[in-house]
Amino acid sequence: MKRLFPILAVLTAVFLAYALYRALVVAPADALQGEVYRIIYYHVPSAWTAFLLFFINFIASIQYLVTNKPSARTAMKWIVIAIGVVGVIATYLPPIKRLIPAGMEPSAVATTVLAIPAAYFLIGWLFPGQRLDVLAVTSAEVGVVFCTIVLVTGPIWARPVWGIWWAPGDIRLTSTLVLWLIYVSYLVLRRFSNSAQTQMLAAALAVFGALDVPLVYFSIWFFRTQHPQPVIGGGGSMDPRMLQTLLISWMAFLCFAFLVCWSRFRLELLQREVEEAHAMESLVGSGVTAKASMPLSRGAR
Amino acid sequence: MNSLWTVMRATLVKDIRLEWRSKDALNSMLFFSLLVVVIFVFSFDPLAEESRHIVGGLVWVAFLFAAVVALNQTWARELRNQVLDAYRVSPAPATALFLAKSVGNFLFVSVLEALMVPLFVIFYNLRVLGPAWQLLPIALLGTWALVVNGTFFAAMSVRTRNRELMLPLLLFPISIPAVIAMVAGTTSILTGEESAHFYIVLLLTYDVVFTTACLALFDTILQAE
Repeated sequence: MKRLFPILAVLTAVFLAYALYRALVVAPADALQGEVYRIIYYHVPSAWTAFLLFFINFIASIQYLVTNKPSARTAMKWIVIAIGVVGVIATYLPPIKRLIPAGMEPSAVATTVLAIPAAYFLIGWLFPGQRLDVLAVTSAEVGVVFCTIVLVTGPIWARPVWGIWWAPGDIRLTSTLVLWLIYVSYLVLRRFSNSAQTQMLAAALAVFGALDVPLVYFSIWFFRTQHPQPVIGGGGSMDPRMLQTLLISWMAFLCFAFLVCWSRFRLELLQREVEEAHAMESLVGSGVTAKASMPLSRGAR
Repeated sequence: MNSLWTVMRATLVKDIRLEWRSKDALNSMLFFSLLVVVIFVFSFDPLAEESRHIVGGLVWVAFLFAAVVALNQTWARELRNQVLDAYRVSPAPATALFLAKSVGNFLFVSVLEALMVPLFVIFYNLRVLGPAWQLLPIALLGTWALVVNGTFFAAMSVRTRNRELMLPLLLFPISIPAVIAMVAGTTSILTGEESAHFYIVLLLTYDVVFTTACLALFDTILQAE
């Protein structure tokens, strides 16, 4: 695994460079905005990556909360399955179908809904026990970084196009900002709480944050949104080269995020092993030091 | 159900009695929000027409800050003499404890609001242009929204190293939709320009969602080791 990392790192760097080349050279200038629009090749992929990471954090947190409670675990399993089944059927019912924005296929929405149970079971299967919490830390930290990129590149673009840096009361801007605030408070909580209880408290906070975001979205429902409509599936015409560049850019960003998450995940695991070894050492005495530090050396190899 | 009610009533009566004798939370909240009001009066000197647009925000910011002062004391009080540990080992349902604490805080913050609202009216020469009775559901639902999450996060923040500072850091981001609804609802009633029904429904939704979440997760938070 360790030998794979530098290879992947080089590939990701090449991929990112190619995405930058596509964004600056291959993609045509926008008919209305000219060259300014090119920032979306960084803005939009960062946003998608950040939301994906926050979603992973939410799933991992729920899994962690129910992990030691068999009854809650079974209940959660059926709830998630129900979400998948009801969600897929609902998208094809006429009253719900009408709510789907024009240009978006019901099958695409159904696939997105199916991603919820799929992610839930996949994460539960791949990351047993304490690893769920390690995954939660990792995805929250990397997600905050990408969300920060979104919040910085957005105003840079908005200033020349809208004439203002920030549109207060805009649905997307506000909900992204609140999401960022919630996850920063999540990281602060993790930093300032005692190690034994941190994981449960943080997992509970993540669930609260996930419940909060739809409410933020509805609370500003009344205001008209200034943000451009979604480029994928939102109707409207887009040069195929632009769309390709955007997707390539997103893939490059995903590779980059995966790489960062991977190394952060390993770092966190190692840190916990070191802490455990220290705790063992102070508990049993220095006689077992060599034994206790065994898992560390194995992990570092 | 019976034990839930008994434990809840016992804890609530104990909290109210403690507060009645010491008046710790109420006094500090009152003085704190009085200071906030006075500072606002010095910072903004609006005409009557303008003040209708900004007072909704000022009132709720003042109450939000003041509520944090009271919420911080809720659980800190139980840390002395290991009362919280006693709760943890007792067979009493954790939800009863949580509900009692929330209702207690709700009462304290409501008393504060009842005392502070006349001050805002005097300082800003307020006259309500919309249906004034709708301010009551907004106040009740809004206060519950602040207090129920506040009590939960206060229980979380007593477990951290910098207790007093942690609560607003956790509470404010989660409270943003409720604050938006409270402020926009109050403003729309004060100015009479639009209906506040949407915001009342939104606050109700917020309250139902987060009360359920708090009740479901409180036991986990209390027992987290």
